[in-house]
Amino acid sequence: MSRKVPEIPSASLADIAFLLLIFFLVTTTMDVDSGLERRLPQWVDQKDLEEQPQINERNVFVVLVNRNNDLLVENEYANIDDLRERAKEFMANPTNSDDLPEKEPKEIPYFGEYMVTKGVISLRNDLDTRYGTYLAVQNELVGAINELREELAMQKFGKPMDKLDEDQRKAIQEIYPSRISEAEPKGKNFEAN
Amino acid sequence: MSKFRKDDKKDLPAISTASLPDVVFMLLFFFMATTSMREVSLKVHISLPQATELSKLEKKSLVSYIYIGEPIAQYQKTFGKASRIQLNDVFANVEDIQEYAIAEREARAEEERPFMITSLKVDENTKMGIVNDVKQELRKAAALHINYSSRKKVER
Repeated sequence: MSRKVPEIPSASLADIAFLLLIFFLVTTTMDVDSGLERRLPQWVDQKDLEEQPQINERNVFVVLVNRNNDLLVENEYANIDDLRERAKEFMANPTNSDDLPEKEPKEIPYFGEYMVTKGVISLRNDLDTRYGTYLAVQNELVGAINELREELAMQKFGKPMDKLDEDQRKAIQEIYPSRISEAEPKGKNFEAN
Repeated sequence: MSKFRKDDKKDLPAISTASLPDVVFMLLFFFMATTSMREVSLKVHISLPQATELSKLEKKSLVSYIYIGEPIAQYQKTFGKASRIQLNDVFANVEDIQEYAIAEREARAEEERPFMITSLKVDENTKMGIVNDVKQELRKAAALHINYSSRKKVER
């Protein structure tokens, strides 16, 4: 029989654990990455672009950002603080005005036949535009659509978007589609969500 | 003598420290589980733009990153001050992006591929030209789901 092994002292266990704990406390980063989520359009060959149907002018909300980071909305100077309101008005067209986009009836679950806008937001920027400005504009446009959806969700279901179930959310997304097109110099490519 | 008064002469027994390692280990495991260490060392300077319509990147394993910005001071001698793209740990050119996107996709399991996201971490002072090029390359590589990384905007 072997000798009895002396018991290992466990007094230092706590110290070792503390050491490790402090190491992880220091190296840990709790921040969750977040950002503006978008979907890029499918890649299309330049040849196929020519055949795309032209979109009626009243259905397009043109936002241009030039190299000095100035904003041109529907051919007039604009301030970025007004952009969200204007985009909302464009997408919703509450008064069925003639110079805002057309609507077409569409069968949508929960809503029945609903007049869905044909509006498209077209965003174009210069090669020298600052990325920060570009993102701020994107943010306002996405924000406008999100706000419209949120309002509709509250009005119809009495709940905010993130409390709705999958089908209800789909229905609302269909009524206010996120159609932000980032026009290349030639043709139109959609960035949808 | 009051009924509740205990005998003062008696010593307070020492608190047992036997459970201390257990408590510390519990904390340790918590931090070990939640920690995520930075995988790449940034070679470009990035200060993210601010936005309000944020969504979170939930599954880190599905995200691949592209960094764009000015090279940091120690690389400016060799690479100049123009904005550069960084993939993993190296500077890259626009042409490398397709390959990178495809390699990232290959590295994931088949069933996870449709949910992959490319996170663009771009400095707010970058010119759009380079960002546009990157986006075009991502479209060619069919990595369409992107996320413009940004910070939460504080209320005005």
